[in-house]
Amino acid sequence: MVAATLSLVGLLLSTYLWLWKIGFIGSLVCGTGTCEYVQTSRYGALLGVPVALIGVGGYLVLLIVSIVGLQPGWAERREPTVWLAVLSGIGVAFTAYLTYIEAFVIHAWCRWCLGSAGIIVAIFVTVVAELRTDRRADGQTVASGAASGRPTV
Amino acid sequence: MAKSGLKPFYLGLVAIALIGGGAIFLARGTGGGATSTIAPALAGDTAVMPGYVLGSDSAALEVEEYADFQCPACRMFNIVTLPDVVERLVKTGRIRWRFKDRPLENHANSLPAHQAAACAGEQGRFWEMQDQLYYGQPDWEFVRNPQKKHREYAQKIGLDMSKYDECMGSNRYLSRLVAEARRATVRGITSTPTFVIGTIKIEGTVGYDQLKALVDSLTALKKP
Repeated sequence: MVAATLSLVGLLLSTYLWLWKIGFIGSLVCGTGTCEYVQTSRYGALLGVPVALIGVGGYLVLLIVSIVGLQPGWAERREPTVWLAVLSGIGVAFTAYLTYIEAFVIHAWCRWCLGSAGIIVAIFVTVVAELRTDRRADGQTVASGAASGRPTV
Repeated sequence: MAKSGLKPFYLGLVAIALIGGGAIFLARGTGGGATSTIAPALAGDTAVMPGYVLGSDSAALEVEEYADFQCPACRMFNIVTLPDVVERLVKTGRIRWRFKDRPLENHANSLPAHQAAACAGEQGRFWEMQDQLYYGQPDWEFVRNPQKKHREYAQKIGLDMSKYDECMGSNRYLSRLVAEARRATVRGITSTPTFVIGTIKIEGTVGYDQLKALVDSLTALKKP
């Protein structure tokens, strides 16, 4: 639930930046005034695709996977959580690269980008914590199953 | 978790989506830079630092554009909006456009670009060089030796290269450019692009419609 909520917030944030990029929004609300500088720099796009649009796609996939993981047929399975960990891990790595570019190459900060960085890290931490909890719970089930002589699949 | 137990959660997601979507939709209307007032230019400002002018002396209004060639927002404005402004407001005699150098201190490759434009200006090709610098900005903004790329632009627009090289080698515009940047700072112009019409200052990118609306209202005010 936390991952889905954060993914939705990230999706809205990325959509805002992307809509500005394509001219739908006149000016960005940005306290430092350097959001536009970051967004319009050569690093604002990767292989011709705006970074904000990559964010829209990434958060949308995270949102879908996290909602699927909540459905009755999937809630007890590990796959959605594993996928969320992999996808958000890729997101964290990409965000780390973008933050490095902001800090050491273009020397400008975009608050929205930092917000997105915070969100993707929070999703990753939440999902990894959930995986660890699941593993511990599995271990306990195995142990109790072995003690009682019951099968533990 | 049972499906019915998820209902409040889904409702919460929908609420967040609606609030966020609504905020984005409202932000759509904020088309353009922030407007505020500025002290009028000193009488000597234009005489000492005239900048580069497009349009007629008899135009009712003058718009000053303070820009930095390494600024991506300036690039965007000059590529997307300025051609419209020139065609529909400058060529029709409604406004005069004055470019003012405002190299920002945190842009390492900005001063050489402004020098290159000034040297092109000596040969009457400032605006052509401006186009080259903006269109090619991604190719020189972070390189170690931007002058090499600027020299290619000079060749491309047909400058007399011996005069251009002599001009760039002499650094004769450097002190003027630094002085222009300082003067702009004193006037409160610390970001680019900034547009000044009389005592009205607009900071940030501005669309054609916003600029035209402002020109219309100021022109109406000037009519007897």
